[in-house]
This record gives sequence, structure tokens and C-alpha cells, in this order.
Amino acid sequence: MRHGLNGFWKLTWVETKVFVREPMGLIGTLFVPVLLYIVLGRTLRIDVPSQAVQVPFNLAILSALFIGISAAMSLVAIISIYREGGILKRLRATPLSPVTILGSHVVLKLAFTAVGLGLLVLAGRQSFPGAMQVNVASFTAAVLLSTFSILSMGFIIASIVPTARFAQPISAATLYPMVGMSGLFFPIDRLPPFLQIVAQGLPTTHAVALMQGVWDGAGWGAHLGDAGALVLIAAISVAISTKIFRWE
Amino acid sequence: MSQVVISVNHLAKRYGKIRAVDDVSLEVHDGEIFGLIGPNGAGKTTTMECVQGLRRQDSGTISVLGLDPHKDAATLRQRIGVQHQEAHLQKRIKVWEAIDLWSSLYERAVDGEALLQRLGLDAKRNAWFMTLSGGQKQRLFIALALIHEPEVVFLDELTTGLDPQARRAIWELVADIRKRGTTVFLTTHLMEEAERLCDRVAIIEHGRVIEVGTPAALVEKHCPERRIVYTSDGETHTLTGEGDDFVTGVIAQIARDGTRVRGFRTEFPTLEDVFLKLTGHGIRD
Repeated sequence: MRHGLNGFWKLTWVETKVFVREPMGLIGTLFVPVLLYIVLGRTLRIDVPSQAVQVPFNLAILSALFIGISAAMSLVAIISIYREGGILKRLRATPLSPVTILGSHVVLKLAFTAVGLGLLVLAGRQSFPGAMQVNVASFTAAVLLSTFSILSMGFIIASIVPTARFAQPISAATLYPMVGMSGLFFPIDRLPPFLQIVAQGLPTTHAVALMQGVWDGAGWGAHLGDAGALVLIAAISVAISTKIFRWE
Repeated sequence: MSQVVISVNHLAKRYGKIRAVDDVSLEVHDGEIFGLIGPNGAGKTTTMECVQGLRRQDSGTISVLGLDPHKDAATLRQRIGVQHQEAHLQKRIKVWEAIDLWSSLYERAVDGEALLQRLGLDAKRNAWFMTLSGGQKQRLFIALALIHEPEVVFLDELTTGLDPQARRAIWELVADIRKRGTTVFLTTHLMEEAERLCDRVAIIEHGRVIEVGTPAALVEKHCPERRIVYTSDGETHTLTGEGDDFVTGVIAQIARDGTRVRGFRTEFPTLEDVFLKLTGHGIRD
């Protein structure tokens, strides 16, 4: 058992190094969400709320959600590239369990999500003093749970993607509309009834509700339903993935 | 040589309507290099991956080192080493990192640095996988297959796509693996490779094993004819016959006749000819 754990951390560490050596992936994960926050923050003048155009949505939540979405897109891309190159198959022929092989990527993505969020908070406080007023620990926990749920859905997307070339377009086409109907930009009760039901089944909807609740100062207790929904969606996604996941 | 390490009986595997493996039975003995040879799509890789426990067969039984590849997967993976056809690693993983990672996955592992040296990769230990040549990549995959001193090594189309020089270097490494007492089960569509390396081969065609034996015995059985081509007085003569006595006889006759010979060569049939004879087509057709 100790041996298996050793392999897990070794694999996670190697994957971390491999990920950091790829500049585009690192920039997309860590810096693009920060840039999004700062550029949109300046445009929408979130630092002077009284004079600004009424900011129609919470920019910090959009940026945090974007970190989670980027993590999922990166996961889908990596899984499909590894599958196409036979890397998944080669790892499967070792004593590593399938859960370990895929779990190391989840841990890696969550770790980078936390780092990305840290950068976002730091840059936000630096650029717009007073704008990033939130319980960081609680908000981080909300973002990580949300990202975990979105990542687990990423495994379903990764199972559907036919080749690595389609990873980016298919995950964008799946994940971006989820953000659009997450309730961040307009309340979901303005959606047609059918789409309202769909939205309730998506992790992004509950992610936004949970993050918004934490942002507004409401405790997790007020959003246990959303937290539970995120866990449930993750559990269902993992269950579906174990059925349809392709190793090659 | 007599102990059976791998035993496959009436293996069959379908992908939808395609019968990838129809009926394969074979035995691999301890300490030998056994080759499964046949054209692309004959069922070599599917057979090998069923034996490794990576695929579940539809029917038939498989035993590797006395273990069931599925039920005893965890135990078996500690005792076998694999190399897959056209495999890759993470583009930016360093050679030593791959060796270090693989070492950590097994209960026991050999000295990684010594292994890199033995495979001629020590100068590349800090290189990213993506910067390695085809031959270096394959040597790294051999290293990963050997890191835990397995009892059986599976090599799938190991030298496909390599230039002749790199191919020969790999052949030496494989022969060295056997010399160290490890059983090797390989697939190839290169008849020269099979003839050079394998102690015994099984010829597979359309998912069925059609012949098994040592390369020399198969040639002797199916293509016993020899061809002698010699040149004298500016003319080229071709003679065909069977057996070693034929060659000796021709030489004796030439000597008796006092014929001045400028060029003389004997052509032996190869596994390629055996394959052609058995299947009616060449291996690359």
C-alpha cells in the first residue's frame, strides 16, 4: 500500500514538472484568469462602484469559475493526448491502479486551481483595493469543490472526444455554454423551463450559487444544497466515466 | 527450455463484427525468444495484449507464469515487463524521471543509472522524451520494461520505423535480455528480425496460428530448396535442388569438370519465403 502511495505522489510530481515545462498551459491556467479580472475590472471600473456602470455580475466569481473551466479543458486535452500517444495504456500496464493514474491529474489540477486563485486574490487586492473582500479560505474551498465537480465532468467529455485535435473545441463547446447559463450573468429563472432543468444538473450553476453565497457572507450552511449538488454531480460523473472511459 | 511460461489455448477476441483473433494456441518456453509473426492486422497485438491482461478475451484460456492475466493482474504486473507498439511518453518528461517514476511503481527495481548505461542512454538522462531519436525512445521503453527485472518481457513491433543501424543495435539488446535469462515474447512483421532473434516463431494469419517452430525447421519443412548461382565463361547458371547434399554435389561436380568459376553463391530460402508459401502472399501485401 505504501508502495502504491509512493507511486501516486511520484506520478503527480512528474506530471507537475511536465505541466510546468509547457509554457502555454501554465499561462492559460495561472495568468489568463488574473488578466481577465484586471482588464475587465478596469473596463468596468469595479474599483469605484459609485461612479461606475453598474457591474452586471461578480467579476471575481467569473474569474474563479474561469480557473476551474481552464483546469477542466486542460484535463480533457491532456487525457486525450495521453490516450492518443499510448501513454495511458503504458501506465495501465504498470502496477498503478486506474484511479491512481487519473487521480494524480485531478490532484494536480486542483493544486494549480488553488495557486491560480491565490494569484487572483493577490492581484485583485493589489489592483483594486477594497474590491476583493471575501473570506479567502471559505471562497477557496468553494472554488475547489466547484472545480472538482467540473473536472469530474471533464472525464465524461474526455471519454467522448474522438482525437486530441477535437479536445479543445469540444470541451469549449460544452463548458462555455455552461458558464453562460450558470446564473452568473442573469438569473436562471429567465431561462426557458427546459433549460432551467438542464442548468440545475450542471456543476457551474451550483458553483456560481455557492461562490456567490460565500462572497456575500452567507456561510456554507446556507448553501448546503449547492455543495451537495456539486458532490452528487461529481459522484454521478465519476460513475458514468468508469463505464465509458476509454484508455486507448 | 522445457518449462512453459506462457500458455494460450484457443484464444478468440472480437471487436464488434471484426474477428481480431480467431483461434490462437501457443506456448512460450522459459528463457527463449518467441516471436509472433504476421502482417499488420493479423491479430499479433491483440493476442499479446490479452496475454498481458490489458484486454479480456472472448473465449479461450491464458496462463502466464502460472497466473491468470485478469484475476492475478496485480501479481502478474510485478513479474512482466511490456513495451507497446508506437507508444509515447509525456513529451517533456526527462529520461531519468521516467526511470525514477517506473522504479517507484514496482516492489523491486534495478539500479536505474546502470540500466541507462547498459542501454546506451546515460548521455541522454536529462533529455526530454520529445527530443529523443526513434531508436533512443525504443531503448528507453526497453529500459522501462526491464526496470523491475521481470521474468517475461513483451516487445510489440519493437523496431518498426527505425533505420537499419538503430534496428541492429536494438537486436543486440534483445539478444542480451535473453542471455540474462529473461523470456522474451515479441511480435514483428519483419521476417529478418524474426530469423535473427527468435528461437521459435508462430506464424499468425487472419487471427489464426498457422505454423509454429524454429525458423530453421520451418524453412527446412516448407522451403527445402536451395539455389546455386554461378558464373563461368561470362554466363550465369542457376541450379536448384534440396538439402545440403545438393550444394556439396554441385561443388564436387564443378571441381571434377575443371570449370573456371568467376562467381558462386548459394541462396537459401528465408522465413519470408515460408510465409509466402503458407499464405500465398507476401507479409507486406
